[in-house]
Amino acid sequence: MNLAAIRAIYVSEMARTFRTLLQSVVSPVISTSLYFVVFGAAIGSRIDQVEGVAYGAFIVPGLIMLTVLTQSVTNAAFGIYFPKFVGTIYETLSAPVSFWEVMVGYVGAAATKAMMIGLIIYATANLFVDLPIAHPGLAFMFLALTCISFSMFGFIIGIWAKNFEQLQLVPLLVITPLVFLGGSFYSVSMLPPAWQTVTLFNPVLYLVSGFRWAFFETSDVAVGASLAAIALFMAACLFAIRTIFATGWRLRD
Amino acid sequence: MTSQDRPIVSIRDVRKTYATGFQALKGVDLEIARGEVLALLGPNGAGKTTLISLICGMARLEEGIIEVGGHDVVRDYRAARRMIGLVPQELALEPFSKVRDSVAYSRGLFGKPRDDARVEAVLRSLSLWEKRDAKINELSGGMKRRVLIAKALAHDPEVLFLDEPTAGVDVELRKGMWDVMRELRAQGVTIILTTHYIEEAEAMADRVAVISGGRILLIEETGALMRRMGSKRLTIELQTPAGAIPPALERYDLTLSADGMSIDYAYDRAAERTGIASLLHDLSQAGLRLRDVRTTQDSLEDIFVNLVKEDP
Ligand SMILES: Nc1ncnc2c1ncn2[C@@H]1O[C@H](COP(=O)(O)OP(=O)(O)O)[C@@H](O)[C@H]1O
Ligand SMILES: [Mg+2]
Repeated sequence: MNLAAIRAIYVSEMARTFRTLLQSVVSPVISTSLYFVVFGAAIGSRIDQVEGVAYGAFIVPGLIMLTVLTQSVTNAAFGIYFPKFVGTIYETLSAPVSFWEVMVGYVGAAATKAMMIGLIIYATANLFVDLPIAHPGLAFMFLALTCISFSMFGFIIGIWAKNFEQLQLVPLLVITPLVFLGGSFYSVSMLPPAWQTVTLFNPVLYLVSGFRWAFFETSDVAVGASLAAIALFMAACLFAIRTIFATGWRLRD
Repeated sequence: MTSQDRPIVSIRDVRKTYATGFQALKGVDLEIARGEVLALLGPNGAGKTTLISLICGMARLEEGIIEVGGHDVVRDYRAARRMIGLVPQELALEPFSKVRDSVAYSRGLFGKPRDDARVEAVLRSLSLWEKRDAKINELSGGMKRRVLIAKALAHDPEVLFLDEPTAGVDVELRKGMWDVMRELRAQGVTIILTTHYIEEAEAMADRVAVISGGRILLIEETGALMRRMGSKRLTIELQTPAGAIPPALERYDLTLSADGMSIDYAYDRAAERTGIASLLHDLSQAGLRLRDVRTTQDSLEDIFVNLVKEDP
């Protein structure tokens, strides 16, 4: 295995993150604070509690997921799209590396950054509400698995995208709606029955629900189902990535 | 046979058809000896970049076999690619990264442990050490090209591919690039360079492979090829048609046109005596009356046309 290559990719991707550190850190802090003002203060004053949890606290797992999912997809997509765009991909393609190594480098860096932002949001949220975590280990695992699997998904998007519009389209048109409709800011039980059924097909529901259970021990779906959903999603991404590299799709002429 | 005698790069019956259905390589065979400088000389669209892409892994090799250092570039790609350094045709560099980081990155990507001293040596050898902390986008085009070379050399490759290293650069930079190549050759690096300048092939290469339309038309030692390619033509138009070349002019390399109205004289542009003066004298002695005389030099296109014609 070419560990030096994984390290080189990871370090250089992290360096890119730290070059834009301010914008990477400040923007999630600001948007989290704004969500608290809008959802917490405006809506929270009408909805007191959801399933026994103060509304301000209830939305935190969803809020973290919203940002972490978007960040994972965007970072990983941009990470691999950029070398395609400036032409430096030639080096990766001609290096003695397997696609697993390339993927681990790029996805690892994207997931790390998303994870860091998730933790920053958690810390920011702590300033607004009381946030005990019932199962910290499980919460961390949900967060990590989400970052990794959605960074893989972003990696695929970055390879697929032929221009910047396409690169931004998926996070905008797919991820954000899925998160908002995935029970991030409400319990699914608050929806009409027909919509509850539709929501069950939304993979994000399982992530948010499992993550929230780790915080408050209340969930829309069973924790096991949540874990299974992440595992399934990850397997699908891995399979897609393997196929992409085996065929050279959009990378090798 | 020892590994020293075996070709370091061996290409056998390689074809490449792109997704568009266009066949860019139509059966290429080529063997490159350890330590030599080989120029792939050919016009735009000949398939030079395609061939390099297949060897180095940017394009998928589906027909034919390529080995580098005895390693199959598809099955044993890690071993093959570790031996290869590649300087691409385009100035593809990450704009915001520092020169030093960019070179260190390449070294890591090729599986070598971090070695600041080695990176420094490479940067110094390319006169880039002063620019080590500059961002790529602050550099001139010539410097960027050298950064690409530094990246390609960072893992100490045995074979270096340079794809049109001097396309579009001025004379001074070109000479500088040639010096770099000579130095590498002296260190024993095998160099394959592509170019569409005859002068560059002449100045740098031990052997020249002429490629056009996806085929290698010939591979020849540079001196011999230049003698063949370097000919100029003197066209002598006659006032009245001649039936044949007069026997008195046999010692010249003359060709009579089909209508008998002009005679072509091929001579070596590099020769000290072109023989033009005596030819003109002997022509009038033979009773031929001249209407006009002009010289033409084979362009690269002419040479390719001739080579294709010669190809059986
Ligand atoms: N990715 C590609 N898809 C389709 N055709 C291509 C591709 N790359 C190159 N070609 C075509 O293949 C031919 C050879 O191109 P190339 O190898 O770049 O030539 P050279 O480097 O000698 O100028 C050209 O006609 C070019 O248009
Ligand atoms: Mg080319």
